[in-house]
Amino acid sequence: MIREADDTLTIYERSKPGRRAFVRPELDVPERPLDELLAPELRREEPPRLPEVAEPEIVRHYNRLSKRNFDLDTGFYPLGSCTMKHNPKLHERIAALPGHARMHPLQDPSQAQGALELMWRLQEALGEIAGLPHVSLQPSAGSQGELAGVLLTRAYHEDRGEHRTKVLTPDTAHGTNPATVTMGGYEVVKVVSDAHGNVDLDDLRAKADEDVACLMLTNPSTLGLFETGIEEIERIVHGVGATLYYDGANLNAIMGICRPGDMGFDIVHFNLHKSFTQPHGGGGPGAGPVAVSERIEPFLPRPQVVRRETGEGNGSRDPFYDLDHNRPKSIGRLRGFQGNYGVFVRSYAYIRSLGAPGLREASETAVLNANYLLAKLREHGVAERLPAAYDRLCMHEFVLSGEPMRRELGIKTLDLAKRLLDHGVHPPTVYFPLIVEEALMVEPTETETKETLDRFAEVVAEILREARDDPSVAQNAPHTTPVRRLDEAAAARRPVVRQAM
Amino acid sequence: MADPSYPDDLKYHSEHDWARIDGDSATFGITWYAQDALGEVVFFDPPQVGSQVSKDQAYTEVESVKAVSDVIAPLSGEVTEVNDALGDKPETINEDPYGEGWLVKVKLSDLTEVDSLMDSTEYQATLD
Repeated sequence: MIREADDTLTIYERSKPGRRAFVRPELDVPERPLDELLAPELRREEPPRLPEVAEPEIVRHYNRLSKRNFDLDTGFYPLGSCTMKHNPKLHERIAALPGHARMHPLQDPSQAQGALELMWRLQEALGEIAGLPHVSLQPSAGSQGELAGVLLTRAYHEDRGEHRTKVLTPDTAHGTNPATVTMGGYEVVKVVSDAHGNVDLDDLRAKADEDVACLMLTNPSTLGLFETGIEEIERIVHGVGATLYYDGANLNAIMGICRPGDMGFDIVHFNLHKSFTQPHGGGGPGAGPVAVSERIEPFLPRPQVVRRETGEGNGSRDPFYDLDHNRPKSIGRLRGFQGNYGVFVRSYAYIRSLGAPGLREASETAVLNANYLLAKLREHGVAERLPAAYDRLCMHEFVLSGEPMRRELGIKTLDLAKRLLDHGVHPPTVYFPLIVEEALMVEPTETETKETLDRFAEVVAEILREARDDPSVAQNAPHTTPVRRLDEAAAARRPVVRQAM
Repeated sequence: MADPSYPDDLKYHSEHDWARIDGDSATFGITWYAQDALGEVVFFDPPQVGSQVSKDQAYTEVESVKAVSDVIAPLSGEVTEVNDALGDKPETINEDPYGEGWLVKVKLSDLTEVDSLMDSTEYQATLD
C-alpha cells in the first residue's frame, strides 16, 4: 500500500541531516581566522538547531500551510473592529524597493534622508488627519500606542505636580484599554453605556473627579456608533483637568470628515495597519503612532523625526531630516530603532495615492457599506433572530445580538460564525463588545463590492433557515475546512508542542 | 441555561461564589449570576488537590467566550477534590451551576469564616 503524504509534519520533522536549500560558492578571497572576525566569547559553541530541508520541500511546506489558512486575498473578512480592508499590491512594490527594504536601522541620518523624509511627511499627514500637530511614529501596535498615551498622560500630570490615580474607560472599550491602564499603574474605573449605546453622561459626571487622569474613548465606539455626546464628554473630562484619549481603532469611519483634535481629544493613536492598510491579522508587524496636542508635545517618545531648515544641518541649502534626541521631558523610548518602517512606507503610499478627498471617500464608503449591509440583512428577515443591538444608523460597522437566535433556533453566535466558514466567509468578531449578548460585530469595509455584501446577507439568512430545520448542522460546523471545530481554549492553554524550539 | 436561582441551602460570597457547607468541609462553585455574566464557559483550570485556598483570594480561573476571570474562594482551607468532569464539559458550569457544575471540595480551616457569608436573600439584594 502506498503511504499517504503527511500534511501535518512540521518543518523540523521534514529535516534530514545534510540536506540543504543553498550551496555556497567557493571562497574566492583569502580566508581569515575566525578569531580575527569575531571574539570567541561572542561565538556560540554549538550550531543552531535548524531544519535541514531542500528548497522545493520548503516551498511546498509553506505553500501547503498558506492554503490551510483563510486570508483577505481568499475571501470576505468582515472582522469587526479589525478593518480588514484590501491592501493594494502597489504598496508591496514600493515597500520592496531596495532603498526601503535594505536600509539598515543603524544608518546615519545623513545617509537615510529619504527614509527620514518619508517618516516626517507621514507624521505631518497623520497630524492633519487627527487635527493634532505633533506625531510620534514609534509605538508599534495599537496597544503600544495606548501605552504611550497613558504614559504621556502620566508625564503631563506629574510635570504639573499632580498625582492622579484613576483612568476612566467605557464598558464598551476594547480589552486593551483597561489592560493598558493597569499596566500604566492606574486604577480602571468603568463608565456604563446608556440605552442608545452612548457613554452615559450622568455616570461619567459622577465618576469624573480630580483623581481622574484620563478618559480613554473610542469614537465611533466599538458598537459602531458615533458618540453623539462627545462635546459634553469633552467638557466634563477637561472640567476636572483630565486628558481625553482617542483610541483610533475606528478611525476608518471618520477620516477627512471630522477630526479627534477638533472634538477636543489631547492624544490619539492610529492603527496604521487598519486605517491606512498593511497586511495584518497574523500578529504583526503593525504601527500605532500617536498624535498629541501642544501641551502634551514635550513628553513624546524620543528620538523624534524632525526637519531642520537650511543651514541648521549639514551646511547644504536643502532641509535636513534628523533624529532629535534632545527632549528632556520625553517619556523615553518605546522600542529599539524607529518603528516598523515597512508599515510607514505602505501607509504613506496609501495616503498619497488617495489624497484628502480619497481618504474621505474611503470613510464615506465604509459607512455606506455597513449601513447597506445592515439594511440588506433586515430585508432578508434576519433582524427577527439577529437584531441590531442598538437601532440607529451605524458607522463603519454594526453589532448584532444573537440572543433571540440562540433562544429560538438553538444555535449560538459561535455556531453561526463557524458555519460561515463553510460558505467561504471569515467569521465576524464574536462576543464583543461584552455588553451585547451573543454579540456579532460586522465590519464590511469600503473595499468590498455590492455583490459580496449581498451574498453575505443571503448566506446569513440561509444559515438561519437551515437552523430552523436542523440546528445540528451549524452546531457542528465547520464541515469543509482543513480542520473541524477545535477546542480553542484548550489549544491555547494546553498546547501539544511536537517540536521544542 | 437554567433560569436564575439562588438556593436557600447555600452560603454566598460577594464575588459571586457559593459554598455548600457539610460539617467541616464545603463545596464551592460560582453563582447563576456569575455564569450568566461570563457567558459560555469554555475552560476550567482546576487547582491541585492538596493546595491551600484563602478566603477572598483567587484560587482558580475560568475562561468564557468573553473573558478569563479569577474565581474567588468564599472560605479558607485545603482542596480535597476537584471536579474533573469539567475538563471535557466546562459548559456544565453554565447548565447546572449548583449541581454538576461544582468546582472544588475543600476541608475548611476556619469554620468561623462561614458567619461572614451571605444567605440567598442577602446575596440577591446585592444584585439589584
